[in-house]
Amino acid sequence: MQETFDFLSFSDPNVRLVVLGTMILGASSALVGAFAFLRKRALVGDAIAHAILPGVCLSFMISGSKNPFLLILGAFMSGWLGLLLIDAIQRTTKLKSDAAIGIILSVFFGLGILLLTGIQHNGNAAQAGLDKFLFGQAAAMSRLDIYVFAGIGLLLMIVILTFYKAFKLVSFNPDYAKVIGLPVKGLEILLSTLTVLAVAVGIQAVGVVLMAALLITPASGARFWTDKLGLMIFIATVFGAISAFLGSYVSYVAPSMPTGPWVVMFLSIITVASIWFAPKRGLSYRLKTQRANKRKILIENILKVFYHLGEKSEDFEKGRNIEQLMKSRGMREEEWNGGLKRLLRKNLVRRKADRWIITQQGLIEAQRIVRLHRLWEMYLNQRLKLEPDHVHNDAEAIEHIITPELEKQLEKELDHPIRDPHKSKIPYAN
Amino acid sequence: MKSSQIAIETHNLTVSYNRRPVLWNIDFSIPQGQIIGIIGPNGSGKTTLLKAIMGLVPLSSGYVKVFDQELEEVRERISYVPQRETVDWDFPASVMDVVLMGRYRKGNIIKRLSKLDRELATEALEKVNMLEYSQRQISQLSGGQQQRVFIARSLAQGADLYIMDEPFVGVDAATEEAILNLLSEMKKAGKTVVVVHHDLQTAKDYFDWIVLLNTRLVAVGPKKEIFNESLLQEAYGGKLNVLSKVGDLMKEKGFPIRENRK
Repeated sequence: MQETFDFLSFSDPNVRLVVLGTMILGASSALVGAFAFLRKRALVGDAIAHAILPGVCLSFMISGSKNPFLLILGAFMSGWLGLLLIDAIQRTTKLKSDAAIGIILSVFFGLGILLLTGIQHNGNAAQAGLDKFLFGQAAAMSRLDIYVFAGIGLLLMIVILTFYKAFKLVSFNPDYAKVIGLPVKGLEILLSTLTVLAVAVGIQAVGVVLMAALLITPASGARFWTDKLGLMIFIATVFGAISAFLGSYVSYVAPSMPTGPWVVMFLSIITVASIWFAPKRGLSYRLKTQRANKRKILIENILKVFYHLGEKSEDFEKGRNIEQLMKSRGMREEEWNGGLKRLLRKNLVRRKADRWIITQQGLIEAQRIVRLHRLWEMYLNQRLKLEPDHVHNDAEAIEHIITPELEKQLEKELDHPIRDPHKSKIPYAN
Repeated sequence: MKSSQIAIETHNLTVSYNRRPVLWNIDFSIPQGQIIGIIGPNGSGKTTLLKAIMGLVPLSSGYVKVFDQELEEVRERISYVPQRETVDWDFPASVMDVVLMGRYRKGNIIKRLSKLDRELATEALEKVNMLEYSQRQISQLSGGQQQRVFIARSLAQGADLYIMDEPFVGVDAATEEAILNLLSEMKKAGKTVVVVHHDLQTAKDYFDWIVLLNTRLVAVGPKKEIFNESLLQEAYGGKLNVLSKVGDLMKEKGFPIRENRK
């Protein structure tokens, strides 16, 4: 409890610094990653992250220190080397990008682990903490580290905002950008450089292994909330920052916990929640509309039963008991009960003892559905030249989705037909 | 043709993919102020020719001049309408966002767009009858509407030479008519329009000039000179056997198309 309080109050300047630094790392990685996501280069980010490890190790072996400038320089160089090799493999062999990415990722990472193991067994006292690059340990950052990394993070944000328009066009339609004379190659190199830099500093927070998540997951989640690019990038950045905040909190309260996995956990929770809850694109929204559609179909089908029975007996107002109703349409009893209850609530049917009676309002609605059904049959028969015995099943589905505008158009195009292809009367209002 | 009247000149243009030439020694000049159709059977290199003209694919030999100048000098006077399927329409952007891209320039790429840019984009949307959709997300458009958005983007650019790749493919009748009206308007305004098109039937009605292509140039000229039985037979009667076999060999053996080039 005391720790939580210490953390949240930011009374410890050291905590303040670590948290702020981690948040800038999370935000800038998410920002850069949004463009990798839009350009469908998600896996390239992963390859770069792994390709950086040997660079970090080599630069430590040569300099013997953990100076952040030198480590970033090494990381940057081996990250870029990995990128160039991925390109070269695709150009000179017939291997496709997924294979090239897979090769570079595993070869560089393997090499990095070898070097790291070598360093650790060397007994060099300064090496302590180098293995934090695997899973990230925000708290292990020194004051200088944080200044350098946060500075680079801010620089990334400024560059992205400056070239926002150009990056947008290059991500959407690079050929067009080339034709109007934009330096597309240069912009692509700039974007790649930003990605390598973001990875080089981001691994402090989440580590090599999980860096791809910090690049790609925020944008993937943000995409569910909006169709506007600017807003999407903003949301992704906020997701990145929040997760970094929460992740560094956990590793502050429980110092044995690595920061990276926790940041990624929080990111994943945010993203899964986005996939589920986001309006329109979210799964729960889609399930909800599906359920609403099912309900609409059910009650409309029941109203039709009342209409058909009334049509046959020439008495629409007559009460029907559940057995009669069930005989006319094969639906399960609980469907009948649920549907009738819903109709009762909407005042489209009423109940008298064990009999159900369609109300005036219900009859109008039932007429509308039957009308749409028969109009559609007519349309299929006349326009698509389908035989009368082929049109019913199609109309059973289409009757539920035709809008009033489409209905008017149908009536006009068919010149207000009186009877459908089966010679049944088409019921018009009044 | 005087060089001042030439819109595009290609000289001995050869383009290869994986060393196999897909265009052989294309050599022609087409005039300004006309609507020019590039036609030929599937796989005849129509799109590749467009890309070569715009510098989007490397040339194995030859050169291209536009308005009698090097391509790089006149880029801002050239506008490109790519095939619809070449972009991801699920990209987070509105119709207006895409049309505004037509106002991007090398010179304003780190600046904000001006009010004039927005007005020109609005005007372009109006010309293709899409103004009411300006805030719509592009993934919600029909194929014909997507095509019109691309054309509006190109119009917003205010170029002199318009290069369109298959604008009539998969569009509704309303879009087709809108595009045709635009073409004749552009011609009146003295613009040059080059259109890749695969349908012989309609080509006769749409274009003034025709470039007839089948991996090599079959014929180029005003349409009444081109639409005759023997030329069409030559273009659509299949590839030249020896030519495509030599192409296969070059790919297989890795030979260059010119002895003294890389």
